Amino acid sequence: MKVTVTINGTAQSADIESRKLLVDFIRTELGMTGTHIGCDTTSCGACTVLLDGTPIKSCTMFAVSADGHEVQTVEGLKNGELHPLQVSFKENHGLQCGFCTPGMMLVGKALLEKNTSPTDDEVRWAISGNLCRCTGYTNIVKSIQAAGAAIEGN
Amino acid sequence: MYPPAFEYWSPKSLDEALSKLQELGHDGRVLAGGQSLIPMMKLRLAAPANLVDINNLTDLAYVRADNGHLAIGALARHADVVDNDHVKTISPTMASAAPWVADPLVRNRGTVAGSIAHCDPEGDWNSVMLAVGASVVATSTSGQRVIPIGDFVVDFFTNSLAEGEMVTEIQIPRPTGSAGGAYLKLERKIGDYATAAVATFLDLATDGTVSNAGIALTAVASKNLKVTEAEQMLIGQTPSPELFAEAAAVAAAACDPESDVRGPAEYKRAVINAYTKRGLAKALAQAQGGAS
Amino acid sequence: MTTTHDPITTFEVGGVGHSVLRKEDDRFVQGAGNYVDDIVLKGMLHMAILRSPVAHARILGIDASEAEAMEGVVAVVTGAMLEGYNLAWMPTLSGDTQAVLATDKVRYQGQEVAAVIATDPYIAKDALAGIFVDYEELEAITTPQQSLATETLIRDEKEGQTDNVAYTWEAGDAAITDAAFAAAHRVVSLESHYPRSHPSPLETCGCVSDVNPITGQVTIYLTSQAPHAHRTLFALVAGLPEEKIRIISPDIGGGFGNKVPIYPGYVVATAASLVLGKPVKWVESRSENIISTGFGRDYHMTGSLALDEDNRITGMRAAILSDQGAFFADAQPSKFKAGLFHICTGSYDFGAAHVTAKGAFTNKAPGGVAYRCSFRVTEASYLIERLADKAAHEIGMDPTEFRELNFIKKEQFPYHSPTGFVYDSGDYHGAMTLAKEMIDYDGWREKQRNQDPDGKLIGIGIASFTEVVGAGPSKDYDIVGLKMFDSAELRIHPTGKAILKLGVKSQGQGHETTFAQIVAEELGIPANDIKVIEGDTDNTPYGLGTYASRSTPVGGAATSMVARKLREKARKLAAHLLEASEDDLEWEVGKFSVKGSPESFVTIQDIAFAAYTNHPEGMEAGLEGVHYYDPPNMTYPFGTYIVVVEIDQDDGTWEVVDMVAVDDCGVRINPMIVEGQITGGLTEGFAKANMQWISFDDNGNCIGSNFMDYLVPTAWETPKFKLGETVTPSPHHPIGAKGVGESATVGSPAAYVNAVVDALWSRGVTNIDMPVLPHRVWGALNGVDAKP
Ligand SMILES: Cc1cc2nc3c(=O)[nH]c(=O)nc-3n(C[C@H](O)[C@H](O)[C@H](O)COP(=O)(O)OP(=O)(O)OC[C@H]3O[C@@H](n4cnc5c(N)ncnc54)[C@H](O)[C@@H]3O)c2cc1C
Ligand code: FES
Ligand code: FES
Repeated sequence: MKVTVTINGTAQSADIESRKLLVDFIRTELGMTGTHIGCDTTSCGACTVLLDGTPIKSCTMFAVSADGHEVQTVEGLKNGELHPLQVSFKENHGLQCGFCTPGMMLVGKALLEKNTSPTDDEVRWAISGNLCRCTGYTNIVKSIQAAGAAIEGN
Repeated sequence: MYPPAFEYWSPKSLDEALSKLQELGHDGRVLAGGQSLIPMMKLRLAAPANLVDINNLTDLAYVRADNGHLAIGALARHADVVDNDHVKTISPTMASAAPWVADPLVRNRGTVAGSIAHCDPEGDWNSVMLAVGASVVATSTSGQRVIPIGDFVVDFFTNSLAEGEMVTEIQIPRPTGSAGGAYLKLERKIGDYATAAVATFLDLATDGTVSNAGIALTAVASKNLKVTEAEQMLIGQTPSPELFAEAAAVAAAACDPESDVRGPAEYKRAVINAYTKRGLAKALAQAQGGAS
Repeated sequence: MTTTHDPITTFEVGGVGHSVLRKEDDRFVQGAGNYVDDIVLKGMLHMAILRSPVAHARILGIDASEAEAMEGVVAVVTGAMLEGYNLAWMPTLSGDTQAVLATDKVRYQGQEVAAVIATDPYIAKDALAGIFVDYEELEAITTPQQSLATETLIRDEKEGQTDNVAYTWEAGDAAITDAAFAAAHRVVSLESHYPRSHPSPLETCGCVSDVNPITGQVTIYLTSQAPHAHRTLFALVAGLPEEKIRIISPDIGGGFGNKVPIYPGYVVATAASLVLGKPVKWVESRSENIISTGFGRDYHMTGSLALDEDNRITGMRAAILSDQGAFFADAQPSKFKAGLFHICTGSYDFGAAHVTAKGAFTNKAPGGVAYRCSFRVTEASYLIERLADKAAHEIGMDPTEFRELNFIKKEQFPYHSPTGFVYDSGDYHGAMTLAKEMIDYDGWREKQRNQDPDGKLIGIGIASFTEVVGAGPSKDYDIVGLKMFDSAELRIHPTGKAILKLGVKSQGQGHETTFAQIVAEELGIPANDIKVIEGDTDNTPYGLGTYASRSTPVGGAATSMVARKLREKARKLAAHLLEASEDDLEWEVGKFSVKGSPESFVTIQDIAFAAYTNHPEGMEAGLEGVHYYDPPNMTYPFGTYIVVVEIDQDDGTWEVVDMVAVDDCGVRINPMIVEGQITGGLTEGFAKANMQWISFDDNGNCIGSNFMDYLVPTAWETPKFKLGETVTPSPHHPIGAKGVGESATVGSPAAYVNAVVDALWSRGVTNIDMPVLPHRVWGALNGVDAKP
């Protein structure tokens, strides 16, 4: 089936099998490997992308269903300069192996769009569909809060 | 993990969707949020031949306060009912349950109606709907019927839809008096299904007696279980901790949990007992205008 | 009390003690990491593995014709085919052999039986349904107790194997220990199962094997924590010339011990690439990761302490029955069959200990990897810290006082433990004092005394662990014969910038930053001017890899030493440049100056330039070196963790309401990174104490084989931690560092469990095994045997 998906602002057309998962479409068809795969059961959020601005798990959506929609991946965060979330994850040691990081940042972005000064618990709640095996989350929470403060400061 | 191949249909209108479902009959399956269906396909536990994707039927993405009831369209996502004013005023039980269904990202995609149609006995929504006396609107090319939730939920992953029919709306009746409700769920972590959960609902008459009551249980029987006997014990009575304890004991006795890695049956019964008491107390406090 | 080591370098130089931001992060935050699954080679094929649905069965036949006929399927590989290449079996890291693809029997659910190679991963997965295996089911042996009692042999292919015993081992002195127990005033005992658990890094295991049919060059992109050792093993297993094998371990999405062994999938993919002449990618799914690759723990432990009338510990006994699964595949030093479990005497001063261990084969996946742990130190630490707490409760003494009474004192270091370790340094009382202060220990005890007995129950748990890490001195430590040294090669370029190449391999620990900081400390070259390269066997010196917290103690020491070697050469060059005698030169960060005339100096950058442009006659040009570091001893990080929990009596759930972790890992190279390791480890510990485990039903079906059932905590459940530190440098490590990647995983589980048991002690509860699931707590409170 022929689909057109706007990825990070650019329309991408492709002819794909209906069963192709959105995550595989992004990773193999488009060669954008910042979106990761960490599980089989929609549990980990390593595959998180923003679908029309809302975070979803791209391993649990068919690419054909994204036809006509906008998808943002980690590759689209940087806009000339690093996004405040990218800066704050670096500055607050919000990542270790980096495997969960794209998902965490994208969920953070959606959260901060609604609320630039979330509490510790609000951040934890927002990222509770995303697993991290390295950091123990402490610094991910800090990073998202710090990015909120930076965005607010601007 | 890769799903098996299928034929994909993406209707642009409800009529088109219904015709396609009619045409495919037994071989057609609705794809709503995909948050149950796609994981099952990836694990090769489901291999539908045709999927009719209803995600373009954006007209069905509503949560409305209609006359007499709260109406949830087939494309309303779980997230749409979290922190929603209509939901909070009309169905406190639903409002209480919404944040505890799955995880935030799954809630952004999965639908309330899809979850109800799925009839997973560990799913949360059917207990809520049984407690509040909801109805399911089923639509096909030959028209609509309104199915009381008790008749809709048949068993373990089985609903009473006919071939060619799909769920288009869920209706939750407005309480007649001052009402309260709660959904108490024991889960091991965010994203976990319930080990056991209890939906409670109380509607109070002006004299403070219970005019309507709902109690339904999750994950402790082969389907979500409405405990009519316990509800009946409450109706017409003045609520009290003793009365709640009696109802809770009935609920605990009514369920039939399995012993598994989440605990032995008697543990799950004890949780049902405790949560029914707590849930009714919360519902009461809310109905009486106190803190929930 | 000591606090963070005061940096001797400026922040710009970024030596030891500075929280330098990580150099690796730029690529990760932009989604530009390069993990194994991101690698795409021309003509690459995809592999999927067919696994056994049953735990124990004889294979009567395999029919793959339907799969072979499917469009897009290139080949189906079976054990019978591998036998032709002598590849059906491979050695494990513990000297056993393991099936690559099963030929005679399957011995656990999830065991590799056949593999499909196809043009597309979706097709490879589809084709698995076209392979039919005829199984004759056998009795499944699911516990080590059952294994020792039954006649059924799991390893009937092994010549001379007459029972299901995988190994036996002991440490310490039985006679002295017997005497201590005979004289004891009180004996405190505990039986406990440390359950099977899985490291489950967020990235699963996988490889892309690329055998060039013309040159014979074998390049394997591998999720490997130990690329050099893996190269050697590949050479030995496959009989390939080692110089033609190149292992590239690119960015690794977490390891935690899971990526230390060699798995059948790697071997099959490589064999397939060899035969087909095309690159083959295999990336396992999460379920495959959990059911078949290296698990951790699964120790059934019985321990006892002998106490005298003054409540001093005089002796310890520990007996272990370990569940090895179907193959003995522990990743551990070959001399120590129960890893470093004999560190189980912990932080306490007593002279008698005896440890016995026996391993049993069962119909479960093999593994026994050091899951964020230095070879069974986690189990050991858990046992002694549970015992110490139990002893205090039985005596009726405050558990912190009991520990303080029995701690090894600061002045007793180096301390010789009764099982043969020489602890390098420690200040256990210091860590305890700080932890108590930070959490307001007395305040919590007060709250506990005044609690409502019908409300939530407060429990306070302590663990004062001692770890042994940094394997290790080559006289005692090797893995499959390879001595456990590690290496660093440093090249300083004419412009004063440098490349550091290491034998270890980061999986998220931030080596690109930390190791550059060590060079910055030693030579004054800014950390940001130093590129760190790891994980490519063609381009880095030989080393044993990263696990068991050995990178800083061994690889870090090698880095210091090579930098010091170059500093000595730099001194000669400086003498030449300053026209002074070497003895008259003084080193201070980044420069040599003439003693007494500090205005006469040359910087390390000047010296580097001279090394290539103006070196004295007779001296070799360049400023490069390599060092293989053989540690003189292990390092012994320690700490005290205090946890406060509240328990809901109705449903048995418990919540951490306060927690302090005081860690002493010696000198902290990058405090920010160290703290990140600690919060990560505390979360792992919590996971194991609270929810994370793998169990099996009586037929050997794995329960907990994906992230819906194998529970990994989210940010929501994870406790909030307060961190404290003391600094007791390691006297034998060049910069005094000890290694910290695992302390918190090792130390914290006992603290959580002690807290729950403390809350329930007055209700007659003396033990609950991990994970302390709500139903187990409820069962303990209500006298119901709430298995599993
Ligand atoms: C990680 C994870 C955790 C979860 N945790 C929970 C939880 O705690 N509690 C819980 O209740 N659920 C949970 N779920 C399930 C989730 O709520 C799903 O969204 C829901 O069960 C199905 O809704 P859907 O819209 O995604 O339906 P789909 O997956 O698209 O469909 C499910 C089934 O319903 C049918 N169907 C869907 N819509 C209709 C319709 N309008 N008419 C007729 N048939 C229809 C489909 O054909 C299919 O058979 C979880 C899911 C995941 C992935
Ligand atoms: S890969 Fe999508 S949720 Fe895990
Ligand atoms: S940083 Fe490794 S999983 Fe989060």
